[in-house]
Amino acid sequence: VRVGVDLASIAAVRASIERFGDRYTHRCFTDREVEACSGSPEVRAASLAARFAAKEATVKALRAGPYGFDWRSVEILRQPDGGCAIALHGSLAELAARDGVGELSVSLTHEGAVAAAVVVALCEPTGHEMFDVAASARRDTAKES
Amino acid sequence: MEETIREVLGAHARLPVDISSIAINDDLFQAGMTSHASVNVMLGLEEAFDVEFPEAMLTKSTFESIGAISEALMELTVAEVIR
Repeated sequence: VRVGVDLASIAAVRASIERFGDRYTHRCFTDREVEACSGSPEVRAASLAARFAAKEATVKALRAGPYGFDWRSVEILRQPDGGCAIALHGSLAELAARDGVGELSVSLTHEGAVAAAVVVALCEPTGHEMFDVAASARRDTAKES
Repeated sequence: MEETIREVLGAHARLPVDISSIAINDDLFQAGMTSHASVNVMLGLEEAFDVEFPEAMLTKSTFESIGAISEALMELTVAEVIR
């Protein structure tokens, strides 16, 4: 299991929309995300900020920071039950497949000035990770004794 | 080029310190630039230099310092000339 978390400033997202307009929204968000975040400028900025936080949280969960990626390659999709799901595209989808990421789960929230998201990635277990955990536990035991 | 990059950073990087205090190889993310601010910096650089950053260049390392941004812009400018 891997976890990623991120915060986004709603005011910063609103300022970016006002300064760069469609250039900003189209570089960061898919058409479906933009359509899902309609409403007043405040509501729109809060919804997009939560999605940007979810994208960054996904990148953290995938350990994708060092790689080149398009922000639109993480897509946050509203589900009929009111929750959200993550769809990966392009290089991030390839990275997730390579690392054995089988499922991603996301939770979004916003309150006051900030939006936040947590992403959990379920990965296929590998012998390498189990070995590392066991070795780490042995080191901890050795330090304590 | 460096002066224009500093102007863009001053306008969009939202650093907690004055941009004049940032050396050419200082890490901008360690100085307080967020990933979201780096998107604004990228858009500001595209406007200022009339270029477009391709997906392969959208990494933290591209925007991590004034020096790194300069190198990326030179690479993009050369690519535009060749095209």
